[in-house]
Amino acid sequence: MMPLPLTIALAHLLARKRQTLVSVLGVAMGVGVFIAVGGLMQGFQGYFRSQIIETNPHILMTDEIRQPAPQPLQLLHPGAAVAITRILPRDPVRGISGAGAILTALDAMPGVAAAPTLRGQAILRRAGRDYAVTVLGIEVARELRVTNLTKDMVQGSLSALATQPNGLVLGLSLATKMGASLGDTVVAATSAGGEHGLRIVGLFNTGLEQQDQGIVYVPLAQQQSMQARPRVVNEIHIKLADIARSIPTAAAIEGSFGFKTAPWEETYARVLSVFRLQNLVTYGATGSILLVAGFGIFNIISTIVLEKARDIAIMRSIGLAGRDIVAVFLVEGLVVGVLGVLAGSGVGYGLASLMRQMPSPGATDPSQRLLVVQSVALYGLAAGLALATALGAAWIPSRRAAQTDPLDVIRGAT
Amino acid sequence: MSVALQAVDLTRVLPGPVPTTLVAGVDLGFAAGSFTAISGPSGSGKSSLLYLLGMLDRPTSGEVLLSGQPTASLDDEQRARLRLERFGFVFQFHFLLPEFSVLDNVLLPMRKLARRSPPAMRAHALALLDALDMGACAGKLPAALSGGQRQRAAIARALANDPAFILADEPTGALDTRNAAAVFAILSGLARQGRTVIAVTHDQGLAATADRRVRLVDGRVVADDAPVTESACVERMAP
Repeated sequence: MMPLPLTIALAHLLARKRQTLVSVLGVAMGVGVFIAVGGLMQGFQGYFRSQIIETNPHILMTDEIRQPAPQPLQLLHPGAAVAITRILPRDPVRGISGAGAILTALDAMPGVAAAPTLRGQAILRRAGRDYAVTVLGIEVARELRVTNLTKDMVQGSLSALATQPNGLVLGLSLATKMGASLGDTVVAATSAGGEHGLRIVGLFNTGLEQQDQGIVYVPLAQQQSMQARPRVVNEIHIKLADIARSIPTAAAIEGSFGFKTAPWEETYARVLSVFRLQNLVTYGATGSILLVAGFGIFNIISTIVLEKARDIAIMRSIGLAGRDIVAVFLVEGLVVGVLGVLAGSGVGYGLASLMRQMPSPGATDPSQRLLVVQSVALYGLAAGLALATALGAAWIPSRRAAQTDPLDVIRGAT
Repeated sequence: MSVALQAVDLTRVLPGPVPTTLVAGVDLGFAAGSFTAISGPSGSGKSSLLYLLGMLDRPTSGEVLLSGQPTASLDDEQRARLRLERFGFVFQFHFLLPEFSVLDNVLLPMRKLARRSPPAMRAHALALLDALDMGACAGKLPAALSGGQRQRAAIARALANDPAFILADEPTGALDTRNAAAVFAILSGLARQGRTVIAVTHDQGLAATADRRVRLVDGRVVADDAPVTESACVERMAP
């Protein structure tokens, strides 16, 4: 025998099949859209985030000093009340000093892999046209430990840079724009003067426009020569075994060596803040559908409370307490919510499956489909929001029902 | 015969710009197993007195003693529990839940009290309906019943938890003469089984069939043909 509030609630809802169905459909629509759009958003952001994390260092050390060095007066009187104002950190124009020692120290840290890089600007010339790019000079053996760019290589390889002193690895979309292909030679010019012939030994496609069009890789020695900065590195790329520790590890490294060391969350803070805003707008919009569905539930339960005033009165008179009446109408809201969640989960799954068949707009690979995440957490969030909305919508009329004075109704009927 | 229910100087005033006195200083005792008919003209406070006795309403002053125990300090939950366990109500209108069958309506108070197992509840409900000659209607919806059958179903529901008190408010008001007589006969029979039955009626003919007749006018008792004396009440309340 099912619980009494559920028995009464089902009887009320079944007596109003059409109204109940509309309310359930409202919740189902909200849940379905929430799951589909939320999954699409998570898929996009997850892909973007993984691309950032996989193709870029988890932690980036640059030749910038954020904190000024301790002044001699402070060193002379440690712990004393010494205040020195207007000190600016020295600008290390020569790159990261002592990079070799820093790399050795980083190699000794567990779960840390590091690679030196010299970043600089260059113009690539091809067929009479110029293309501004950022050139990263890398030590291939070390770089392979800190980047997953190899999985995005579509032609040639990154490791070819180890055997080709004038090798060049660039994005497929840039190469296409330049009309160049694997094995072709392009000319690179830098502000240091001179022109350098580079031979294309690899093409990659990360899907990130900024990366594919704007960044190219050459051997470190080649870059040092092009930039006229022999034996200089101005970045150290660091990869962690546990990415969740990027923030404390970056802080510890910066504390030890003084150079600005930014975790990927800081480097891509702007992108992440855009994601947060995007989530707010997306979940706000889809959540508002659930809110509207909540009005539907409020409407049906308010109607039942008004229509059933006499039944409520008799239930109170035969001994059901106020909380029993509240339970009846909360269960009604819950039943509509649960049915809506079940139907909405099916709708959401269907929509997500449909979207997964659709080509990803702007993708360089035509076979690439939209990424739509389907996770238990997303379904759980949609269900939780829907049920909370349903219960919230049922709460107000159920309280009013519980406060019904049975005598008002009985006196009016007799 | 012991006093089971007692009104002590019971007064109920409806507040408002012009306060209305529904019941004024009523002192009445009701012996266990008695059948009392309360009558009086419209607006004399018969139903209001019944609601006060049945814990559906709270007195403005005075007290209702249940088996000698005061009830004024009980909260709404406790009063609801008392109604469930010890009172059965029959109203002029049957007040059966329209979506439920007759059997499910009778089961409703039992399911709330949950003192019996589900099969025992069902068996008891069917036995009650059989006793009221309603066994054949157990599976029917209230809409499919005649007026007399609905009222008998309402009586079966009132008896579901074997209450000590049956309070009936104009139970025959919506019935024809034959059905009205049958309902009063059932109430009389319940009193003979040991329940305390108090029925409000304006039908003097039916009231004459009760063990005791109380007449109210303007909220006051103006006639009582078998009063239970206060001393007897106090004496009986003592244990």
